[in-house]
Amino acid sequence: MFKAFYTVVMRDLLLAMRNRSDILTTLFFFIIAISLFPLGVGPELDTLREIAPGVFWVAALLASMLALERLFAIDYADGTLEQMLLTPQPATILVLAKVLAHWLITGVPLVLLSPLLGLQYDLSLEAIQVLMLTLLLGTPSLSLIGSIGAALTLGLRGGGVLVSLLVLPLYIPVLIFGAGAVEATVSGLGGTGHISMLGAIFLLSLVMAPLATVAALRVSAE
Amino acid sequence: MLEVNNLECIRGDRSLFAELSFSLNSGELLHLLGHNGSGKTTLLRTLCGLIKPNQGLVSWKGSNIRRQREEFAEDMLFLGHLNGIKADLTAVENLRILCQLDGQQVSDKELWQVLKEIGLYGHEDLAVGVLSQGQKRRVTMARLLLSESPLWLLDEPFTALDKAAVDLLQTVIAKHVGNGGMVILTTHQDVALTTGEVKQLRLGWKKDGDV
Repeated sequence: MFKAFYTVVMRDLLLAMRNRSDILTTLFFFIIAISLFPLGVGPELDTLREIAPGVFWVAALLASMLALERLFAIDYADGTLEQMLLTPQPATILVLAKVLAHWLITGVPLVLLSPLLGLQYDLSLEAIQVLMLTLLLGTPSLSLIGSIGAALTLGLRGGGVLVSLLVLPLYIPVLIFGAGAVEATVSGLGGTGHISMLGAIFLLSLVMAPLATVAALRVSAE
Repeated sequence: MLEVNNLECIRGDRSLFAELSFSLNSGELLHLLGHNGSGKTTLLRTLCGLIKPNQGLVSWKGSNIRRQREEFAEDMLFLGHLNGIKADLTAVENLRILCQLDGQQVSDKELWQVLKEIGLYGHEDLAVGVLSQGQKRRVTMARLLLSESPLWLLDEPFTALDKAAVDLLQTVIAKHVGNGGMVILTTHQDVALTTGEVKQLRLGWKKDGDV
């Protein structure tokens, strides 16, 4: 079972390496979306510091959603997904492996880039640290929750738009607590409560999302 | 071994087949016949568990396949219309991943040997995406040579293959059946394999000669 998990993770990472443009589009979207705000709002540092957490989190949400389409769609189209569902491995393990690979490819780069982008918003070191921590805790939840939407819309025309309608409302708690943690830390209230909530959301989605995704995949594979 | 009881499948609002019952035992080959749209693929996908039947039961070794997904998956190999291989990976990488997910241990040497047998020697380092349609099909068919599952469900296995490959595939299938395996396949081609003494199942209601 662990071997199958490892196999799927390595397979998806290898495929991503062979097709690097996919990773880069998400990453550049994140960079550009965040960089547009200082240009549009103006160089007022107080304003920028204030809007930074919200901007970062909304950009992370949208970038993660952009990448969702590729989670199952290609495997569905070439038949490897149905073959995976017919292997003697628990489907939840395979889904978890695919989501982990997806997060490593699309989530981790956002976390690593955020300090650099934070400089544009004149964020303090403390704020950047909390921002990275919340992104590290929150982006896996985004991938997990998003996998349900990606599985549900497989094979549908205009699936991309539908995914955003299905998934964005479910992202709201992550957005609130993620951005809230940074704001609370900056204002001196302390963001521990928010971060605990993010952790709780992560654990809950880790347990529930693969089950829902597998059920959705079985319906889509019919 | 494989038993089908009173099976009914409805796609859209049309009933493709109903009250379908048959069984398949060790060393038997079943040839599914029927015109386009008669439900051959649907039946095969129902048998492998991808489609939930509207009525009836498919059982393997006495129990419902939907109650024992993982055990059944271990005993069954389904090759459908889609090749189920990644265009960005090489043939060896594709087969290695598929074998690992099937819980089989294969060495690279075995994989190379199989590719040689199936006539893809010299193409191991190429991504499958640049191979021809027939060569891609051959990669998929290489799985039959590696398979340890007793039950094979093959949907149009001979499409896109050249004559030599069709002959090779027939030998592989005949050998599998000879060793006590079970095969259910659909094909429109006249191949020697299906003209002998094999079980046939005809779906649909059209007479021969009707269009």
